Amino acid sequence: MRSVLTALGIIIGVGAVIAMVGIGNGAKAQVEAQIASLGQNVILIFSGSTTSSGIRTGWGGAGTLKIEDAEAIRREVPGVIGVSEEVVSTTQVAAGNQNWFTRIYGESADYFDIRQWPLDDGAPFTAQDVRSANKVCVIGRTTATQIYGNENPIGQILRIKEVPFTITGVLMPKGLSTQGVDQDDIVIMPYTSAMKRVIGGTTLRNINVQIGDPQQLEAAQQQIISLLRQRHNIRPGRDDDFTVRNQQEIAQAATATSRVMTLLLGAIAGVSLVVGGIGIMNIMLVSVTERTREIGVRMAVGAHGSDILTQFLIEAVTLSSVGGLIGIVCGIGASKILSAYANWPTLISISSIAIAFLFSAAVGIFFGFYPARKAAALDPIEALRYE
Amino acid sequence: MNNGAIVSLIDVGKTYRTGEMEVLAVRGVSLEIKRGEFVALMGASGSGKSTLMNILGCLDRPTTGHYLLDGADVSGLDRDQLADIRNRKIGFVFQNFNLLPRTSARENVELPLVYSAQRLTNAELRERADRVLASVGLAGREDHHPSQLSGGQQQRVAIARALINEPEVLLADEPTGNLDSRTSVEIMAIFQQLNERGITVIMVTHEPDIAAYAKRNVMMRDGVILDDHVVPRRLNATAQLQNGRTRPQGAPNEESPSIRDPNENCTNV
Repeated sequence: MRSVLTALGIIIGVGAVIAMVGIGNGAKAQVEAQIASLGQNVILIFSGSTTSSGIRTGWGGAGTLKIEDAEAIRREVPGVIGVSEEVVSTTQVAAGNQNWFTRIYGESADYFDIRQWPLDDGAPFTAQDVRSANKVCVIGRTTATQIYGNENPIGQILRIKEVPFTITGVLMPKGLSTQGVDQDDIVIMPYTSAMKRVIGGTTLRNINVQIGDPQQLEAAQQQIISLLRQRHNIRPGRDDDFTVRNQQEIAQAATATSRVMTLLLGAIAGVSLVVGGIGIMNIMLVSVTERTREIGVRMAVGAHGSDILTQFLIEAVTLSSVGGLIGIVCGIGASKILSAYANWPTLISISSIAIAFLFSAAVGIFFGFYPARKAAALDPIEALRYE
Repeated sequence: MNNGAIVSLIDVGKTYRTGEMEVLAVRGVSLEIKRGEFVALMGASGSGKSTLMNILGCLDRPTTGHYLLDGADVSGLDRDQLADIRNRKIGFVFQNFNLLPRTSARENVELPLVYSAQRLTNAELRERADRVLASVGLAGREDHHPSQLSGGQQQRVAIARALINEPEVLLADEPTGNLDSRTSVEIMAIFQQLNERGITVIMVTHEPDIAAYAKRNVMMRDGVILDDHVVPRRLNATAQLQNGRTRPQGAPNEESPSIRDPNENCTNV
């Protein structure tokens, strides 16, 4: 009974480590998947530029990116395989007696390739649709469900700011973004149509550029910067009036965040392991005191100090290892329950199990050593006389 | 082999230091015990007999003088060397039995072999333990735990444990102190029979009737030997048990122990 209570400290500690690291790794894997879903080898150019204090020079009406900038990139930067001019707005859309507030994205026909976002059903709009600013759009799964329920939306008319758009396709569901935004709550149309008929204005929010060869990513990014500085007549020494980010930078920032989270969760769980270890030390000290006579007898019949040391160390390590094994089972169970009921993604790696187990054994050795040495150093005469 | 002396104490002294105070527990004791003797070490508490017993048992080292056990000086050995000597040459029997609780009689008896230099298989351990247990009359109780045994039976398990490594000397510290008189006589019968088989027995006691079963009595007082004499009218425990001349106390039905040489079964196994 007492051993069970003692091992409980280790069980909770190891269980917590497994579950927490599982949650952290799950979150990291999810972030990585989302980053990948943004597309491969993508450079994003945002209108306006952030300064170090985070104040932007302007956006929307004061936008600095023009359609011509995007065309220049498409024309002049080598290695570019796709460019999508992007404008964004939110508005009410309606069909029949249903309406829904959603995000409107204006894009070029390259967008679906850049984002690696295939259609679930129907067809995307074409480059011809973009050139002619046709009243067509594709919608995300959430928007489709909200407005059409189980009906097939393809070919239906969606009214956006009282302009009727024909739905040509429904996108594959993408789920939540890194910021927790439902990426499927969306209407995507040619940016020309969006600028002319829905949003207005002549500037782009951002330009998405896809590079064919990842080796060329850095070079292309530099070329885009110098091209845009030249086009925007920015003298040397002055700040850019735009911001360029590539996929890798975003991915690094996001995975760094989740790695910090994993470390933090693991550290908190590690504290409970240490507490469990102190519990083991406590019980071993009690056990050494209670069994002083036994130690005396063992020494009297010829046990060396090292025999006693080994015996108590093995007991401590057994206690902590058994606790560790149960803790691993509990931790895996807790992760499974969390991912099943709280819908948190968890990922349990073999390495985290192995590390948790080895660590629990190490805790046994570390915290068992002092009591074991105390037992081994007992004077056999004193120990035999102990009441 | 050193003119038959198994134990020689040469001017042995032991000083304990408690803070500023120095306590001379044993002051210059010289004592020789020959192979095959049965010595009762007597004296009041504080006479130094327990300290002398600890030195004889290699549990403690003398501060001055020399202790030759089986011809070898053991006064300068370190903890681990003393542990090996205890394991090979000395068997201990304690007043309060000192058996490991929640451990079967057999495992208690096997304990010294676990720490012995000779490596035995589990089957060998078991066979040897069972043979020694049978020799002290405990055949059939190998799997009993100490809590399931009477005081006399527990002490017999302890004697079996002391005998398992075939020691030179059997050291008994008040072996009958926790037993009733009939059981005490039974234990004395075992000691006498072991002694007749050639085992040297040294027993600490403060009861003169128990000391009367020994061949030689050594009296201590204030850390020195006061008197050392051969017992004139030695009691025979086995004969007493057969004649039923002990005061009837405790369980009358407890079987009389018959001691057999543990090796006599060897040929049958």
